[in-house]
Amino acid sequence: MKKRMSTLFSLIRRDKYLLLMFSPIFLYYLIFMYLPMPGVLLAFRNFIPGQGMFSGEWVGLRWFEQFVNSIYFWRLLRNTFLLAFLPLLFGFSIPILFAVCIVEIKNRTFKRFAQTVTYLPHFISTVVVAGIIINFLSPTDGIINTLIARLGMEKINFMMDASWFRTIFTSSDIWQSFGFSSIIYIAAIMGIDPEMYDSGKIDGVNKFQELWHLTLPSIKPTIVILLLLSLGGIMSVGFEKVYLLYNGATYETADVLSTYVYRMGIEGQNYGFATAIGLFNSIITFILVFAANTLTRRLTKMSLW
Amino acid sequence: MQKSRSDRLFYVFVYLLTILAVVVTLYPFLYVVSISFSSVDAIDKQKVVLWPVGFTLSGYKMVLQYKELWVSFYNTVWYTVVGTLLNIVATCLAAFPLSRQQFFLRRKLNFFIAFTMYFSGGLIPVYMLITSLGLYNTRWVMVLPVLVITFNVMICRSAFEGIPNEIFESASIDGANEMTMLYRLAVPIIKPTLAVLTLYYAVFHWNNFFSALLYLGKQDMQPLQMFLRRVLIMASPEVMQKMGGTMTSGALAVSSLQVRYVSIVVSILPIVMIYPFIQRYFVKGITLGAVKG
Repeated sequence: MKKRMSTLFSLIRRDKYLLLMFSPIFLYYLIFMYLPMPGVLLAFRNFIPGQGMFSGEWVGLRWFEQFVNSIYFWRLLRNTFLLAFLPLLFGFSIPILFAVCIVEIKNRTFKRFAQTVTYLPHFISTVVVAGIIINFLSPTDGIINTLIARLGMEKINFMMDASWFRTIFTSSDIWQSFGFSSIIYIAAIMGIDPEMYDSGKIDGVNKFQELWHLTLPSIKPTIVILLLLSLGGIMSVGFEKVYLLYNGATYETADVLSTYVYRMGIEGQNYGFATAIGLFNSIITFILVFAANTLTRRLTKMSLW
Repeated sequence: MQKSRSDRLFYVFVYLLTILAVVVTLYPFLYVVSISFSSVDAIDKQKVVLWPVGFTLSGYKMVLQYKELWVSFYNTVWYTVVGTLLNIVATCLAAFPLSRQQFFLRRKLNFFIAFTMYFSGGLIPVYMLITSLGLYNTRWVMVLPVLVITFNVMICRSAFEGIPNEIFESASIDGANEMTMLYRLAVPIIKPTLAVLTLYYAVFHWNNFFSALLYLGKQDMQPLQMFLRRVLIMASPEVMQKMGGTMTSGALAVSSLQVRYVSIVVSILPIVMIYPFIQRYFVKGITLGAVKG
């Protein structure tokens, strides 16, 4: 015992600068990350505002039962899933295709220009993207409706029509992310051994065959990893964009778990109920991420952690 | 070598698709910029489709006079500069000890921070903590709760791990302690990674809207994104009237459209100006992030 203590002290003395360096970081994680964690217990309590995080009687699974039995349960689950799944379904292949194009472009100025332009939307804030969408689609002065009117068709009030929300959300998501997502595929394609292409040329392979039989199989591990990672995030669609784009008229297709938690908890002060739904969402997400990572490790012998 | 016909077809596809991608990405921005420079009359008659019609700066004059824009712009610059500086210092302080193979707490502390990527208290407990710490409606609420982003610490740690250990060994023989090693040796070597991380953090702060929505009720502390939300999404008539107070009501509607588009241009201009300089580090930075964490 004594000996163990003295080795610990000598280790501390040896690594004192590293410990000193890390101490503010340790405090940060302790306060902002670990201190709120016991707060998930709110999900099992009848919290009374103004009485601290650990007050209120235990109510067991009451909030969970209330949520699962509510009329919004399936709607929230369906919307949360679809608003992550649809961009994945329609958008996943686009960065791959775009990366192939970028790598094949010989004119360096045009290549650089195309990359610069298509990466840009990734850095634009969600507020601005949502603002552009709403203003372009506006029935009074939006460019889209102006063009629709010019073609002699009837204007559409896109943002107030629940049947349009998924289309708008998915297409703008693809618009904002395809360029930046292509970077990792570009890096993967550039990493392919050029000798493979040389031997292909000798065999008289044309560019289409080269793409199908050489380039795509070579970057398959990257594709599989990224696909699995996106599947892991399928129940964690971002709060901001939905929050900025939706309104009472489009809740039917737009309301997701995170926005519902916000409305119930922050706006409605139902802390216990909102914490329970948040916990429900993070458990599902955790299982999915864990499953995705395990699969990735099995398939590619690589993992995120 | 003579290119075959199918190869030529291939390149036609490549260029067509790339041009399509560029046009689709660029057009919304071009349209926004064109409206911002066009005359109210041309906008009213819906003449603007691609280029500005009846070039004028009056939209900019109107928006730039608006005090609330400047206040929120100043706030955003403050949050971005202070926040990013603290982020980079803290990320290095976190990543360097975690990268040192002989550090006796390395594995435990790695787990300590990685765990938070998979489990958190959730929105409500975090909200309650931050309000009970007295951070509500203070500037620090935009900076302190995101002192580091764990994923970025992992990227930085991988970069430190890539430095050959001999460099540190010889420095330690010369009597350097770990503080000096970090500051004099390690940080200069991983500058390209730090450039990418700086960009990520800075863009995060510039675009941060969620923290302000939750924790900043006071308008004079709110960042640009909250101002933009009022102008672009809630299209608050109060904001519009303050801006175009002297206009007649018919022209008001049209110029309010211009006000919205000018605000977009003003808010994304800093990012558009800075980011091409850092773009060359992207590929490196992103592949670094993909390396086993």
